[in-house]
Amino acid sequence: MVEKKKSGYWLTHLGLIIGVLFIFFPVWLTFVASTVTQEEIIQPPIPVLPGPHFFENYANALFNGVPEGYGKSPPVFKLLFNSAVMSLGISIGKIIISLLSAFAIVYFRFPGRKFFFWIIFITLMLPVEVRIVPTYEIAANFGLLNSYAGLIFPLIASATATFLFRQFFMTIPDEMVEAARMDGATPMQFFRDILVPISRTNIAALFVILFIYGWNQYLWPLLLTTDPDMNTIVMGINQMIPSGDDYGHWPTIMATSILAMVPPVIVVITMQKFFVKGLLESEK
Amino acid sequence: MEKRVIFKGWWLPLILVAPQLIVSAIFFFYPAGQAVWNSLFLPDPFGLKTEFVGLDNFKFLATDSYYRASFITTIIFSTLVSVFSMGLGLYFAALADRLIKGAGVYQTLLIWPYAVAPAVAAVIWNFLFSSRIGLISWYLGNFGYDWNHALNSGEAMGLVVLASSWGRISYNFLFFLAGLQAIPKSVIEAAAIDGASFWKRFKTIVLPLLSPISFFLLVVNIVYAFFETFGVIHTITGGGPQQSTKILVYKVYSDGFVGQDLGSSAAQSVILLVVVGLLTVIQFKYIEKKVHY
Repeated sequence: MVEKKKSGYWLTHLGLIIGVLFIFFPVWLTFVASTVTQEEIIQPPIPVLPGPHFFENYANALFNGVPEGYGKSPPVFKLLFNSAVMSLGISIGKIIISLLSAFAIVYFRFPGRKFFFWIIFITLMLPVEVRIVPTYEIAANFGLLNSYAGLIFPLIASATATFLFRQFFMTIPDEMVEAARMDGATPMQFFRDILVPISRTNIAALFVILFIYGWNQYLWPLLLTTDPDMNTIVMGINQMIPSGDDYGHWPTIMATSILAMVPPVIVVITMQKFFVKGLLESEK
Repeated sequence: MEKRVIFKGWWLPLILVAPQLIVSAIFFFYPAGQAVWNSLFLPDPFGLKTEFVGLDNFKFLATDSYYRASFITTIIFSTLVSVFSMGLGLYFAALADRLIKGAGVYQTLLIWPYAVAPAVAAVIWNFLFSSRIGLISWYLGNFGYDWNHALNSGEAMGLVVLASSWGRISYNFLFFLAGLQAIPKSVIEAAAIDGASFWKRFKTIVLPLLSPISFFLLVVNIVYAFFETFGVIHTITGGGPQQSTKILVYKVYSDGFVGQDLGSSAAQSVILLVVVGLLTVIQFKYIEKKVHY
């Protein structure tokens, strides 16, 4: 820091604390709303300190879904499970197919290599939202509606990860391959014993980004899962909110919202170093 | 750039690229091609047959006042989201960059909303501003302001912008902080020795050096606002009131899946496809040059 003035120092902290409060405030109230009763919520203003119903509300949400008379929803643990399968499937699946194809592109010369490189380059551009109607039709024709495969595969079809691994492999010194070949390693041995281990930081970074991407999907699961038992948690919350003039069961909805954000937030915070690396590198 | 040392053989690499090739072909190229193809046809109202109409779907969109309104809504919406989230992101990053100790703690406290899905953020903000039970709308009511974003277009737009920007601040904060920390301290110190105040230094040294990263973030945030905010719109307003928050991607969905107007929806997809394509090209051009203004 250039200046040494005390007042500036405290003002800096003050500014940041206000920012942190702005960021935390809505989530705090969501948490509070998940620990009180429906009656306390529909009589505004809602309290600003948590109530005593934490365990009751969360257990109800997890194992029963919204209570009778407030519409229908599957128990939230099912939604959490579906989200976990979807986001892990997307992140692990995409990392595996990208590692393989980046390896092929960088370490081999094969017919159609240039063509293939351009193909993955083009897929960098288009989010699933743009081709949503035809993708839906294909998934329907393959009988993938209400299936995990249907939730996962269309979202793997983009080459961001391949592109990143390619960039990283290009920075690995040629001596590594030479040494491996001299020791008589086959290509797949080189891949498994050298390339994958030295890529592990990049794999971790990418995993964080892809996990969050998968977990937070909304439109695709909304279209694909007509069976409530296959809903993911992020889109499932919305199904709990009644339209029109009915009251939703807010303690359950708010507990579900908290449950929906806990897994990705934990991933980001515990893997913060990889997350920052992944974010700064994958977008540049 | 090419590797000098490579492995021999051609069938192994083909097997290695096959999974990605197959997934991309089925779930990427085929649907993208279908979108272009469908945009040239008009299904009759009963869905019995489709008629080739060439570019008529596009011509119709060009004159359709709803579509034009949706375009303008999208531009307003993405501008507001970008400006709001980038402004606050830069503000917090500039503050955190001033600290020697504690920047890491604030980073942890500020970045986690990135992990919160836009749709979940929407549920939360919608709850806070609900006209009947929302805490904020209740306080506004006490001050004599009757908040109801289900009826008032301006309030609806404000709320979807707020809900879409909230988590996005983290993203911009991280990039701006990385950008600020990359600026050599000696440059700033030299200016400080010459007597330049914090604001003067910020305006004349820091901001120009941040312009490449700001430009990059602007493009990325616009793409975010165009596509990833679907969940926010769907949760809070459903495009209303009176279509005042119906952004383009929401219109593709509502025309295609709700309205079953497949030709028009496909044409809209193609237009979006071109818009994203252009934005991506701009971004790659920028990365090639690494502009420093």
